[in-house]
Amino acid sequence: MLSFAFRRFLSAIPTLLILIALAFALIRVAPGGPFDTEKQLPPEIEARLNEAYHLDEPLYQQFGRYLLGLAQGDFGPSFQYKDFTVTELIAAGFPVSLKLGGLAMLLALLAGISIGTLAALRQNSQTDHVAMAAAMTGISIPNFVLAPLLVLLFAVTLRWLPAGGLGDGGIANLVLPVISLALPQIAYISRLTRGSMIEVLRSDFIRTARAQGLPGREVILGHALKPAMLPIVSYLGPATAGIITGSVVIEQIFGVPGLGRYFVQGALNRDYTLVMGVVVFYGVLIIVFNFLVDLAYRWLDPRVKL
Amino acid sequence: MTSIARRRAQIALFVTTLVALLINACSNNGSPAPRDYGEIGGPSGTELAAAQVLHKDNGAEPQTLDPHRATGVPEGNILRDLYEPLVMEAPDGTLIPGAASGWQISADGLRYLFTLRPEGRWSNGDPVTAHDFIFSLRRAVDPATLSGYASILYPIANAEEINNGLQPVANLGVRAVDDYTLEILLRGPTPYFTGLLNHSMAYAVHPPSVQEHGERFARAGNLVGNGAYVLKDWVVQSHIELVRNEKFRDNDSTTIDTVFYHALENSDAVFKRYRADEIDLTQGVPSKQLEWIRTNMADEYRQSTYLGSYYYGLNVTREPFKGQPGLRRALSMAIDREIITEKLSGAGEQPAYGWIPPVQGYEPQRPEWADWSREQRHAEARRLYTEAGYGDDNPLVVEILYNTSQDHKRIAIAISSMWKQVLGVETRLLNQEWKVFLQTRATRFTTQAFRAGWIGDYNDAYTFAELMYSNNEQNDSGWVNADYDRLLNDASMERDLQKRALLMQEAERILLFEAPIIPIYFYVSKHLVKPWVGGFVPNIMDHVYTKDLYILKH
Repeated sequence: MLSFAFRRFLSAIPTLLILIALAFALIRVAPGGPFDTEKQLPPEIEARLNEAYHLDEPLYQQFGRYLLGLAQGDFGPSFQYKDFTVTELIAAGFPVSLKLGGLAMLLALLAGISIGTLAALRQNSQTDHVAMAAAMTGISIPNFVLAPLLVLLFAVTLRWLPAGGLGDGGIANLVLPVISLALPQIAYISRLTRGSMIEVLRSDFIRTARAQGLPGREVILGHALKPAMLPIVSYLGPATAGIITGSVVIEQIFGVPGLGRYFVQGALNRDYTLVMGVVVFYGVLIIVFNFLVDLAYRWLDPRVKL
Repeated sequence: MTSIARRRAQIALFVTTLVALLINACSNNGSPAPRDYGEIGGPSGTELAAAQVLHKDNGAEPQTLDPHRATGVPEGNILRDLYEPLVMEAPDGTLIPGAASGWQISADGLRYLFTLRPEGRWSNGDPVTAHDFIFSLRRAVDPATLSGYASILYPIANAEEINNGLQPVANLGVRAVDDYTLEILLRGPTPYFTGLLNHSMAYAVHPPSVQEHGERFARAGNLVGNGAYVLKDWVVQSHIELVRNEKFRDNDSTTIDTVFYHALENSDAVFKRYRADEIDLTQGVPSKQLEWIRTNMADEYRQSTYLGSYYYGLNVTREPFKGQPGLRRALSMAIDREIITEKLSGAGEQPAYGWIPPVQGYEPQRPEWADWSREQRHAEARRLYTEAGYGDDNPLVVEILYNTSQDHKRIAIAISSMWKQVLGVETRLLNQEWKVFLQTRATRFTTQAFRAGWIGDYNDAYTFAELMYSNNEQNDSGWVNADYDRLLNDASMERDLQKRALLMQEAERILLFEAPIIPIYFYVSKHLVKPWVGGFVPNIMDHVYTKDLYILKH
């Protein structure tokens, strides 16, 4: 177990290095720079700015400087938001994204598993068809279409919920973004659960449990649910990635100041350090999360060798 | 029915319902009828609300609140609340005394003497003195500050040399006669100088807090200002919260206690939040909704002339426009501006035949052909086109470059079809993402015709005229004209306002005849203002000071 963790840690280092190198190269390939603005700078001032931010150095040297900073936990200054460092921005944005993404994930799991289980138990019934049709629609409608419609309905017309922003930090401001972010995942998870549950319900050990006269409730919750969760757990990794990429869009639509919004604005502004910071941070996050998923898998299915 | 068929039918029904809902939502611009707000301002109509809180949309996230490093419009909006410059603006944009109670100008126009108010205070209680302004003006032109806008202060003696590192900052032409008297020496008479002092580059920063916090002095908790408001909170990509500055010299005249500046790039999102009563004052309106807004929300929609020019530049350093003023003029004549402003932009923009918008003390210039009939104009355009060596069997092929945006695209398509119709020009449209576009346009290696716009920095013709000066960084056409440069040089040394305007008008006539740029229209500013926001006066600079506004009971 410990040696597994250690091996995973070692293999994470080259993965991360490749990620950093690729991201670094890609953002530099994009034409235009952080100091290109409508009001063009006189060449001397542009040269001075480049010097101050080390953009005049050869690329390999800048890359080395960046890695050195990273090793010390320093993401560098933001090129765009001159009063802040990238570390400060990530520290401010991550809790917001975590809250939003965490709640969306929670909602997706709760709703997805419940709907999927229900559909599996009443296979081919009216409930099943409606649930799966809704799931299909949920998967097919992109959230950048769904979110503005939700805003129009619940914020502009009905005036039940705020249209955007974080307001005073209350839960009301999170309802619409969380739902928009969770819906596609709810849809996917409910379909996964349904399929897996149907398969488990047909297996011998469930039939045995039923034959022994266990109450249906206990059969489902005590025996069927755990093995039926295996595909869901494997899906947690991609789901996290899906929620992170989804939040890039959702945060932009709702004006929520999270990492996703930094990422989009950072890329548009050619804020090299901010984009790199978010990429590295999310990279580490996804690597850690995949590791946790592997551990959970082992707990759910002792046959899995790590 | 088999179960699969039934299921398919159910899915189909579900999807159809959803699509129907979607279409319904989109067909009326996704807009339910506007709300009736009832009585505003109580029975008298002037009663103030108990909570004086204003929510403003502010476009993009500000890059910094350091007035000497800020460059954009979003920064300027907030800085105007945080700092009080020597020369202020009244709500309608006219210049009035600010931190200085008055000033004297020497007969040769080179020496300005400002009398500061003894009651002027920083938000921490320190008095605002002439020394603070000297510290700040020196800081603004100091090359180490890395300011992108230092050139706006070049009229001050030695400012340019200091900014270029040729002289020490101590040589800047500013001096404290005493604690409350500030002397500024200019390198040449600059009639618009008091207008420049309204720009954030001329704001005073609080020297002790700049020295203590360095680059981080403009953060919440550190920032000390002399304006009507102080910075309370700054959540990047969300909002900036300002509260009333109790120490402000004229605090008694301020009504609004708290103002939020929301960072929102997307005008559709802003519009929704405005309609949900989360925003009281917007920076613009989504162009696709404009028609609907004018029909349904006419009382809340305010537009006014704005100090900006929308134009097409022609790269005169390359084929096909190099050495072809006639051809360039032909392309300009072939464009029907009225069609663009009425049918495309549709917000009451003013068709532009001259380059400089209606600024104060300047006679707008129009080429002679602007008053001709359409047929006459087109005939002359065709004549010039043929003269340049082009024709039906040998059409001009030109590429139009614009930054990615639906609005710019529509205009580019309209212009290319006008060129095609009148002259037979073949056009290719090319759009690029903003930063890519800026770089392509500035390098001039590949551009032919390109979209551009310019918003003036101060209410004077010079802020536009200087753009086409041969060595100006903004001169993306690469146009060089010795007469134009000479006239501008003469104008900047001319003390007599009338003569100065005549010199610049002559320069503009040369520009329009040579046509390295094609003016399309003059901008208008567009705002949505809730009926309970009082004191809003549209002005050509589009500068709004929160201290001039108030919230009515609603």
